[in-house]
Order: sequence, then structure tokens, then C-alpha cells
Amino acid sequence: MCGLMGICDQSGTLMSGENAIKAMAVQRDRGNGLGGGFAGYGIYPDFPDHFCFHMMYHDVAAKEEAEAVFDRYFTVDLAEPMPTRPVKGIGDAPLLWRYFLVPDEHKLASSEMSPEDFVVHTVMLVNSTIDGAFVASSGKNMGAFKGVGFPEEIGHYYLLEEYAGNTWVGHNRFPTNTPGWWGGAHPFTLLDWSIVHNGEISSYGINSRYLEAFGYKCTLGTDTEVAAYLFDLLLRRHKLPLELACKALASPLWTEIDRMPAEEQAVMRSLRAVYGPGMLNGPFAIVLGFNGGMVALNDRIKLRPLVAAEQGSILMVASEESAIREVLDAPDRVWAPKAGEPVIGRIKGMDWPIHGDLHLSPSEISCAVTGVEDTCETTVEVN
Amino acid sequence: MPTSLIQPEFKVEIDYDKCHKCGRCVQQCGWGVYSFNERPFPDDSKCRACHRCVTYCPAHCITIKKNELALRENANWSSEQRKNVWRQAESGGVMLTGMGNDKPYTSYFDHLVLDACQVTNPSIDPLREPMELRTYLGRKPDSVEVESDGHGGVRLKEGAGIAKNIKLDAPIIFAPMSYGSVSLNVHKSLAMAAERLGILMNTGEGGLHADLYPYQDNVIVQVASGRFGVNPEYLNRGAAIEIKVGQGAKPGIGGHLPGEKINREVSTTRMIPQGSDAISPAPHHDIYSIEDLRQLIYSLKEASGYKPVGVKIAAVHNVGAIASGIVRAGADYVYLDGFKGGTGAAPAIIRDHVGIPLEIAIAVVDQRLRDEGIRNQASIIAAGSIRSSADMAKAIALGADVVAIGSAALMALGCHLCQGCHTGCCSWGLTTQKPELTRRVDPEWGAERLTNLVHAWSHELQEILGALGVNAVESLRGSRERLRAVGLDAQTCEILGVKPAGM
Amino acid sequence: MTTETASGPIEGYIQVDPQVTVDDGVAVIECQSVYYRQLNEAVRKAFADGLKTVRLLNVNGQRYLGTGIKGKDLTIEVHGTPGQDMAMLMDGPTLEVFGNAQDGVGNTMNAGTVIVHGSAGDVLGYGMRGGKVFIKGDVGYRVGIHMKAYEDLRPIMVCGGKARDFFGEYMAGGLLVLLGMDSQLDGPLVGGYVGTGMHGGEIYLRGVVESWQVGKECGIFTATVEEMEALRPVLAEFCTATGFDLDTVMSEPFTKLVPISHRPYGKMYTYL
Repeated sequence: MCGLMGICDQSGTLMSGENAIKAMAVQRDRGNGLGGGFAGYGIYPDFPDHFCFHMMYHDVAAKEEAEAVFDRYFTVDLAEPMPTRPVKGIGDAPLLWRYFLVPDEHKLASSEMSPEDFVVHTVMLVNSTIDGAFVASSGKNMGAFKGVGFPEEIGHYYLLEEYAGNTWVGHNRFPTNTPGWWGGAHPFTLLDWSIVHNGEISSYGINSRYLEAFGYKCTLGTDTEVAAYLFDLLLRRHKLPLELACKALASPLWTEIDRMPAEEQAVMRSLRAVYGPGMLNGPFAIVLGFNGGMVALNDRIKLRPLVAAEQGSILMVASEESAIREVLDAPDRVWAPKAGEPVIGRIKGMDWPIHGDLHLSPSEISCAVTGVEDTCETTVEVN
Repeated sequence: MPTSLIQPEFKVEIDYDKCHKCGRCVQQCGWGVYSFNERPFPDDSKCRACHRCVTYCPAHCITIKKNELALRENANWSSEQRKNVWRQAESGGVMLTGMGNDKPYTSYFDHLVLDACQVTNPSIDPLREPMELRTYLGRKPDSVEVESDGHGGVRLKEGAGIAKNIKLDAPIIFAPMSYGSVSLNVHKSLAMAAERLGILMNTGEGGLHADLYPYQDNVIVQVASGRFGVNPEYLNRGAAIEIKVGQGAKPGIGGHLPGEKINREVSTTRMIPQGSDAISPAPHHDIYSIEDLRQLIYSLKEASGYKPVGVKIAAVHNVGAIASGIVRAGADYVYLDGFKGGTGAAPAIIRDHVGIPLEIAIAVVDQRLRDEGIRNQASIIAAGSIRSSADMAKAIALGADVVAIGSAALMALGCHLCQGCHTGCCSWGLTTQKPELTRRVDPEWGAERLTNLVHAWSHELQEILGALGVNAVESLRGSRERLRAVGLDAQTCEILGVKPAGM
Repeated sequence: MTTETASGPIEGYIQVDPQVTVDDGVAVIECQSVYYRQLNEAVRKAFADGLKTVRLLNVNGQRYLGTGIKGKDLTIEVHGTPGQDMAMLMDGPTLEVFGNAQDGVGNTMNAGTVIVHGSAGDVLGYGMRGGKVFIKGDVGYRVGIHMKAYEDLRPIMVCGGKARDFFGEYMAGGLLVLLGMDSQLDGPLVGGYVGTGMHGGEIYLRGVVESWQVGKECGIFTATVEEMEALRPVLAEFCTATGFDLDTVMSEPFTKLVPISHRPYGKMYTYL
């Protein structure tokens, strides 16, 4: 069991990271101190168009190697240690740095890649070839803050209350399948996507085989990774609308589909038959954050909790209502979303299609997300 | 000289103290075991231990025993091997038999165990909560393409989706058994049950009798090398069309329905003269290579308004590549028949020694299609001795979409696996055309028993899914992570794609 | 919970004894930021000291309130949003929530009364054996799941709002009522799989349900005048507790669901 939260001010107004910490602190007992993390959006208004790399290093050598890569392929406009403060309970932290990068014009041109591909390629390069270096996040105007500890400790450690974002997601981990390590805490990220997840997906076996047929590599043994790739497959590669992608992952029951109007029925029946191997079966609640909003999704028969609330332009979700009450003083509406019914927050005026111009192969995506060597089998070269 | 060295396999014992002398055993036995002179006298040599007489004896006074004549022990020359030599020395004939491989090969199903949920994810109660077995048979696109419907919603793009798929209410269908090899009442039982269960029966290669027309939406019509009963009407009546290339019990071997089984009804249905042998060539003489298969698939589609066309093959060594070719040739499903699959008649040597186990075939084909990124383009039907819902669940976890049952279906109708199908004397009225025997199966009774069997297995499959913590069969399909091997070597585990228990 | 603002650390709950004041025989406990252990300890201590009423202020997310507490004449008032497993195994007290409750309220409850002046979450009243649960607003999934009756124990649950799927699942005894009157939810009165696996007790729904919504183990009837009269005292008590008008509640016809059999799976098995 785990806990999670997501908050999005759909007007684009920035909110302190303190909100995210507060929401997770109330849900402390949902985790066991072996993993906590957050992602914030719109948090770097001074560098809105830079790709921001949040880095974890095991040692200085790894840092130097990674920085050599950044220097070679990017213009580094700012490199600095992540601001942190000592917190009781947080030990053994890796070296944490962040970099605001713009792809080098010539290198980008000669690579014949889109800037997004170029960045994900770099993430792969770092994750796969530099021992002891891990990219925690690499999107524009966002960042992931995660580690081993309770989330409120992690949030406090990273001084999240000093950041202001239009969207936040948070996670409290109770790992059962994989040991806690800093890079393995949630959220998982890919460019500006971040995903947090509560529950265990009982269909992992077939989900991973399905994804492997498309070239994704599932090696972490965590089902969250599978959810991240499924979103990549459905949204980016198969270009499904977000609502339909959610319906593929948490399909309505056949009896429900049979009661739908004919045209909708045809869509849903095909969706289920085609994406059946990708359907996430078993208990889960997921929040996917990105530049432009967030989506929260629950399993098809509501085996994991999820509560949603609206207050003015703010949409908030959490595993427990108390997390919402901790943050929103007077919600207009508090409700439990229906099983499999996505709760979507969209920030006004922000581009909806996620990810921009990304064309990478699934195996490259796997390598970028997990940074596990097995997934990064091919030597990555950036010219 | 003795006419035969072969002693009876069974001994029929009648407790004459209890015997009513009613003669029912004489009347019931299709093999002519009994003669009657004030009381029944059995001829042991004709008995096949089918238990028809035992079942119908009102006094319960008949016992069938193994004839335990001692032969000097020889681990190399089993008594069966010795008998076969004598039999062939007497007759010069090819040994013919019925039903499936009866040799003690390893059952890989029996070395695979299923997972269950404890704590970290919940099991799901299959009796109260939804537990979905619905399965769509047929080719599926790589992705679902939608467009705006102009009212804020979406609709499928022209031609997208799974319109040509067949909906099955459970991932289980009846295996092909031709009219001719089995009786019309068996076909009717299967068709009625298929309709009630929302699944499919399969004509086999002997055509579709007019009495089955009302059930045609639940019927796969088969096209085999003999092309019996195949015409445009036949193709258009079926829900799907199946090209039979091979059969697990006799890979690479044709068929031969003796003239004495070709009565008027069979003759009409097969569109061949009464009394003449119905011979199915070993290959389709219009398929000598994979491109020819494609040609046939598409000619059948053209002739039928593009119904789904599947291809049935026996599981043989190179089954992965063969299946891949079949899918690329345009088949909507691949039917894999393992080497324990049944038959109405096959040479025993072929039945018992040719082909590979079904479990291996499913694993190899599913993986091969995934490796090539074409798994979605065809469904996999697995058959060849699916004995229980456990076999069904394991076949699905290995990668099958659907299983087909033939032997189990016949057993539901009374078959005792006496392996005498080829004789045409089936006392249970199943694999015979003798009217006095075929009328023993009341289609209504048969349909009910078949329906019961499939319902029971479906329930058990739901229990398994619930224990696995998933509520739809597609979450088990190909989920080999939920299987573990017990007592299999590392290489077999690798081929099956299954970890050993404890890993 | 917040202990300091942006200028300092956010620590969540703090493991300190809460501030308790006694006001006119009522133990008033300030719960803000207090971890559930110390909080529940303080509640137990107040009752052990002979006080009959405990008032919890600024509750937010603390688990196990009222859990395992025994005693007929005890009252717990909860102001705020109580956490998971409230009133679990409760045996006698009256627990009243001025706010919404989360998941797992009244789990395996034996006796007493829970009143929630708001909504409640999933798995409400799981395995409840006795006592009353009155929820003013909506309830979630798997509500009244496996409620059961035993000798003179008969659990009663009334929900004023709407419910999601699996309402009264596996129900084995007791009374479960859904009114659909005070709701934040779109959609029908209740989701699917109502009373699925039901083999005891009664479910009353104010309004009608489609047959697809109801488990195959249930018979669907319109409540008779006599049945409504039998229901009246329960509804009256609910209305008094939550502020609904009894006449309005009773102005619409109710649907009654009862199990067809006490042994719904008696014919499912074949014996080896």
C-alpha cells in the first residue's frame, strides 16, 4: 500500500510545494519510510524553456563524467547543487545537482533529432554509460524531488516549500517488490511526465510481455514502470485521446460496454479487445503529471482509494480525504471518483499534447525512465 | 495353427446369481460381446471396456476386469509391443486406433502450477464480483484509430476496430469432429450447446448437415483437403471458416472414412456418393507452400464476404515459424493441435510418435508472434488433450486465447475412451452411423451435459482468475509470470518461458 | 499536519499527548497534529476516568477513532475528517462525526451507533454484526459488505446519499437502507452488483433499480405498506440523527431486495 496526491490549479496560478508536503504528511502511515517523492510543474519560471536535469550521483567521478556530457551537448546556463537542508531520518543521500540546459545548436542540428529526442537520448546516455549517475527528471520548467524516507521528510529535505508550482504530485511508498533506493522512489519521469502509483498490478506478467513486443524493456520489476510505458504507447505512439487511453488501461466491464450506445460500444469493444493485454488489472490508483495538468486514474473495480475535490480552479486528488482537507480550506465539492473514470485537470492556455516532439523507440524510453543497465543494452551515441 | 496369439484384453464377469436374464447387455453392446441362451454369455475377445453394458445392467451384475495373464517380464518388450508384433504378423496391416495418444509422455501441464494473491494485492471473489471470460476471436489491429464524431465524442475510423471478430462468452470451444466420424446427434448436441453457451462448435471436415443451419452463427465450418460438403453456401453459413492442414493425432496424414459409414445423410452432407470411401488427401493439393496458403485464405474470404479464416495445424517441430507464416498469410486464428489430440481413426504409430506437446507449441508460437510484433494479428486456439479447467488456465497463461475440447466433449456425451472410434460400432452412439446406436444420444440430453461441463470449467476458471487477483481473462492470457514449473529442467523452463517454483 | 509554516519544517503528525480539557463533564481534546496513538490513548483515558463524552476537535486523518471501544453509554464527537478504520470493532458507544468519514468505517462493529453528518468512503460496515451506522450523504464502493446477524444482534445501516458498486455484497443479515437524497454524485441511486452474493438480511432502496444493477442472488420487490411501517422507526431515528424530514423520506416508494436463498451456492458444486 502507498499513498499519493495530485493538485493542479487549472488557472495556472502557482502554489507552494508546502501543499504537497502537507497532503503527504497526513498520509504518513500509508508508507514505510522507504520512499517518498514529488514532482512540481511551473517551478522554474526563470528558466521556462530550459531542460532542467535533476541529477543523482553516487560519487564525484560520476558527476564529473555526467557534466562532461552536458558540456559537450548543451549550453549549461546554470549548474548548482540542489538546495537541501539536513533532516533527521534522511541519510545516505546521493550527491544531488541540477542543471538548466539548452541543446547545443550545432550538435542538435547534426543529430537531426528534435530537441525532445535529443534530451531523452542524453538521459539514456547518462543512465546507461555513467556508473553511479541517474537522471531523476529532465523536463522543462519541472522537476522531481525524491528519495528514501517519508515524503514529508523528503519534501522538507528538498525545501519544497520554497518552490511554487501550478501542479504537484506526491507519493508515499510502501515497497513490497523492490528494495528502496533513491532512484527507485516515485515519481518515475520521462521528460516532463511524472507518474506516481499506489497498488500492485496483478496483470504485470502480461502487461510487460505486451510492452516488450513493442520494444519496451521492463526490468525494474515494478508495475509503475509498466504504467509509464503504457501511457507512452497509448498517448504518444498510438495517439489515443487521454480519456480513451485511460479507458484502455482501466476498461469498463463488458456488461457496461454492452449497455452503451452503438457507436461508443464499437469504440470500447475494440479498445478492450485490442488493448486487453495492456489493461491494468488489480488494485491501483495512479496520478500522471505533466506540463499542462494532471490525470488521476483508479482501477476498474475500485480496489484502491482515490478522493477528488474542487475548490475554485483547483483540482486535487489524494488517497485520503484528510489530505485534501489539509490543503483546501473550503472545497466546493469533494467526491470519490468512479472506478476507472479518469479525473483530469488541464491548465488553461497550456498546450495539451504531451511530450512535444518525441520520436524515440520504446527501448530508448525504457532506458531513459529506469536507468537500469539491462534496459540500456545498445551503446548510445550522440554526435 | 492358432488363428491368433492375442489373448483378450479384458474379462467380462457376470454374477449369474444376480443376473435378471433380461438381455439388456446383449442389446446395449455395440461390439457384439454377448450372445444369449437363457442367460447372457460374453465373448471376452470383443470387449473394449466401454462400460455401456455395465451402465445399463439393471442388476449391476457385470464386472469388466483386466485380463491379467502373466507374460514373462521384460522392461523393453512390453506386453503391448509383443501383441502388436503378433497382430501385424497375422494381418500385415497398419495398426489403426481411435482417440488420442495413450503413451506415458510427460504432461507439462502437470508440471506447471498457478500463482495466487496474498496481501500485497488482493484476490477477487469470483462469485460476487465480475469475473469476465468474454474473448474475441480473430485478427486485431495494432492500435485503435478514432476520429472526432463532431459532437465532442469519438468514433472508430472507417475500417478500424474488431468488427470481424467473433465474440465468445468463454475462452473454450468445441474441437472439430466431422459428421461421419461422429453421428448427427453428436453434432446437434454440440451445436445446441454452443448456441446456449455463446461459443462455437466446429463441423470438422464432413460438411454441415441441414439440421444444424439454425445454429450456424455458432459454427466454424471446416475446409480440409477432401473438401467434403464445401460450397459457397457452406462457407457463408459458418461464423468462421477453418482450413484444416493437420491434426495433432496424425500430423501429415490424411483421412479415410470407410464407405460403410457413408449413409444417405452423410452422403448428402458431404456431397459424395453413398457407400463410397471418403478420402482426405494428406496435403491440400492447392497448398504446397505458404504463398499457396495465403491464396486459399483469400479465396475463401472472397467467397464468403470476408469471414474470419483460421488455420488448424498439428504441433510439429518448427511450429513457431509455421505459425508465423500462417499469420502473415492472413489467417485470423491459428489452431494448434498438440500431439495428444484425439482422432476418429489414425495409425497408432503416427498418433503415438509424431508431433510435439501442446504446451511447448503454445509457448513457442506465442513468443514467436510476440517477437515478430504480430501477436495481435491472430488468435491462438490450443487443443489436443485439454483435460480440465486447470489445463485450460495453464494453456491461456502460456499464451492461448481459446482452448478447444474434443475428447472431453465426447466424454461428456458418454465416451469412456475405449479407443474404438474407428470401428464404427461405438456402443455409446457417438462415433458410429448405425441408426440403432446413434439414437442413443438425445441431442437435448447431450446439449445439457455439454453445457454443464463448460459452465463448470468456466466457474473454475473464474475461481482461478479470482485467486490470481484479476477479473478478466485477458489479464491471464500470456501472463507466464503467473506460472511456475515444478520438476522441469532449465531448458524446458526457458522454452516454456516459465520460472521454476521458488524464483 | 502543519506545525510551522513555510519558514520551517513540516513534520506531519507529532507524537505528543494532546491537550485535554474537561468542560461540563465532557473531555475536549484538541487533535490538530496529534498522532493517532496518543489521541486514542487520551480518549481511552478519559473514559477510564469516568467521563462519558469525549469531544475531538480539529481531527484530520487520525486513524482508528473509536476503534475497539466498549461501553454503551459512551459518546465520541468527532469534528473534522477522521481517518481510516473509524469505529472498527466498536462495541457500544455512540460516535458522531461532524464532517466526512473515510474508508473502513464500522469494520466488524459489534454494537453502538455511528452517525456521520457527511459522506463516507469505501468498504463501510464490513462484516458488521450489530449496532447502527447512519451516514447523511454519499457512500463509496462495497458498502455494507458481508453485514451479518446473529441471535439478537442485527446491524442497521442507513445512507442518505447515493452508493457505488457492490452495495450489500455478500450480505448475510441485518438491514441496509439507501435513500439517494443528499448526494454530490452524478449517476444513478446505486451502482451495479447490488446485493450480489446476498444470502441474508434486507436491503431497501428509495426509488427503483434496473435488474442489471442487482445480483442474481436477490429478489426485487416493491416494499409493501406493512414493510414500510416496519421500516418507519429506523427511518425516524435516522431522520432525527441527520436532520432529514421523515415524511419526505417516506413519500417515495421503496424497492426491497431480499435473498432468494440462504444457500446461494448450494447447487454449484459436485462432490468428489
